[in-house]
Amino acid sequence: MTIRRYLRLLPVVPSVLLLLLFLLAPVVWSFYASFTNAALSGRAARDPQWVGLENYVRMFSDDSFPLAAWLTVVFVAASAVLGQNVLGLLIALLMTRSRRAVSSWVGTVVVAAWVLPEIVAAFAAYAYFNRDGTLNQMLAFFGGQGPDWLYTFPLVAIILANTWRGTAFSMLVYRAALADVPQDVSEAALMDGAQGWQRLAFITLPLIRSSIATNLMLITLQTLAVFTLIWVMTAGGPANASTTLPVLAYQEAFKFGDIGYGTAVASVLIVLGVVFGAVYVRLLREQKP
Amino acid sequence: MRRPMRFATVLPVVAALLAATACSSTPPTAENKTLKIVYQKSDSFTALDAVMQDAKKEFEAANSSVTVNLEPIQANDDDYGTKLALAQRSPDTAPDVFYEDTFKVRSDVDAGYLLKLDSYLEKWDDWSKFNEAAKEAGRADDGSIYAVPLGTDTRAIWYNKAVLQKAGIQVPWQPKTWEDILSTARAIKASDPTVIPFNMYAGKGTGEGTVMQSFYELLYGTDSTLYDEKEKKWVVGSQGFTDSLAFLKTLYDEKLAVSPAEALDANVWKKVFGEWFPQGKLAATVEGSYTPSFWQKGGAYEWAGYEQDMGVAMFPTRNGQEPGGVSMSGGWTLAVGAKSKNAELAFKFLATALNKKNALAFDVNNSQIAVRTDVASESSYLSANPFVKDVSELVKVTHYRPATADYPRISTAVQVATESVITGKQSPEDAAAEYDATVRKLVGDDKVLER
Repeated sequence: MTIRRYLRLLPVVPSVLLLLLFLLAPVVWSFYASFTNAALSGRAARDPQWVGLENYVRMFSDDSFPLAAWLTVVFVAASAVLGQNVLGLLIALLMTRSRRAVSSWVGTVVVAAWVLPEIVAAFAAYAYFNRDGTLNQMLAFFGGQGPDWLYTFPLVAIILANTWRGTAFSMLVYRAALADVPQDVSEAALMDGAQGWQRLAFITLPLIRSSIATNLMLITLQTLAVFTLIWVMTAGGPANASTTLPVLAYQEAFKFGDIGYGTAVASVLIVLGVVFGAVYVRLLREQKP
Repeated sequence: MRRPMRFATVLPVVAALLAATACSSTPPTAENKTLKIVYQKSDSFTALDAVMQDAKKEFEAANSSVTVNLEPIQANDDDYGTKLALAQRSPDTAPDVFYEDTFKVRSDVDAGYLLKLDSYLEKWDDWSKFNEAAKEAGRADDGSIYAVPLGTDTRAIWYNKAVLQKAGIQVPWQPKTWEDILSTARAIKASDPTVIPFNMYAGKGTGEGTVMQSFYELLYGTDSTLYDEKEKKWVVGSQGFTDSLAFLKTLYDEKLAVSPAEALDANVWKKVFGEWFPQGKLAATVEGSYTPSFWQKGGAYEWAGYEQDMGVAMFPTRNGQEPGGVSMSGGWTLAVGAKSKNAELAFKFLATALNKKNALAFDVNNSQIAVRTDVASESSYLSANPFVKDVSELVKVTHYRPATADYPRISTAVQVATESVITGKQSPEDAAAEYDATVRKLVGDDKVLER
């Protein structure tokens, strides 16, 4: 009996091995490299030395790291937690009330941005916010004159682009969650004279709490890792004004060849993701006694 | 019964995976050798690709048992360097022969990527044809040669004669001081505000181009320098550094150059060569001696009128002091990988790619300044474009970058300083102070010289 039980585990062994090899190993290697002075060129490339916490000390004395950490938090809060999450919920709520044709049309339009490969979406956003891009051409048509968005408001442009791209995911999650809300509870509240917003705040939202937490966790982790969108739109500029942690890690490791420092920045990003993940998991657990 | 069946289907897959990873490390058999050649190619730079194709044919004809695998990397200079370095980290991906920027030679020798060529060069007759100054490009700190130059370059002011004449400026134009540049630029702007009067690159977007085709022309004309070759120390706190940044600030603040937003676009140089000069929207810029390669037949931005319309001038020193002008030189080399399993053959391929015929083709098609004396005296080289003589003469006033292992990061620090100044984030004084602090952090206080 016990042998059979072990035999049953055998088929998962390859996938576990592959996971360890391709997922865990790079993470472990990245943590290890962050304590060395590994580099792409120079003496340190041939013979990397263990430097202890040097990279981390440098990180906090370097102006660009605190700025990048702050920009990352602003970017995630504004484009994921506020933008994608709230907009997705709003669209999902409106869709439950609108006619079927309208809701399926809206759904298609929103999902279109989401199914685009990231690089294509990034170029589309670049073409839209560019100085001679679609947005400014539309403004010019109405007699206005737009600024050079990517230069004057780089972070705003990136936040809007990421919101545009990611809202569909939240919308789909909330569409499914709202479909599961029992009709009779809402109807009972309606009979008791609850206003629309009261029903939303006291009935609907508490009922879909677990979906909200799951959604927040997934989009936060996704947004923390956004790189292509930012790299194509602004490459982190001007003067680091849109350099988030993934962009900083890439620049340090591959543009300046400083693998040790780059992986240190990446390690902080991993820790940040784990912290966010833990907080959301906690939220999820508390509501299911 | 179903479970054992599934298990049976998984096993071969695992076995195949293991076999696939095991195979990749077996060495190639002795009879059929392959050489892996890595170099840069882009839509605006195909001259080297053409030379490599020719060299492959020539080499394979002479060595029938050898296959030459050309693996061009499509990237700009910065990304090319990164991709090359990544490939060199593992013996499985390291190339046998590769295209290498002169300023990375010492750093990459330190990293153990390049093979020492002294013993091979001794037996190579053509080596005596290379001019002595050019040979230095491939010399590392230990005194040995690790790379062979393909060509070199210089930097000058390229200006559109028609645009200058329209603004009432006499051509040929040769500014004597920085002030001359500014007064001419202001005159051009006054006569036609839609023209960009005098562009100089700045910021991280244009990468090494920012320092080679802009900042160093200023800095080396102030009697200051980036690095003291005698003391082997980096110079900080110099007035010349601050003044150079201030000059860029003036250009950008008075809108004599492009807008800061355009300057930070990594592709701004494509507009310079492809749109603004041919369309008469740009009066002048600082660029390399390879400039005609973009416009000549087969170039990325063919422009038949460039021979009549364009002029070239030496970049002046700040107050016109001796030697009267500044230029910067760099250039690229071919090197053999230290991990090459067929070093002898790899060098033979390098020698084929750099023989007189191929070197001549490359220098002409890419507007390079020849480093082989037999190519330099060839009539087809001298008549390749009307500017060969002018840009070759700049070798007299040229400077080379300090090719130490620290250099690439110092260069980035300079680019950051220019970006801070033109975007208005910092004053020239603050940006220079931050540069000083960065240099101290990078190389340590004992390798810094206050001046």
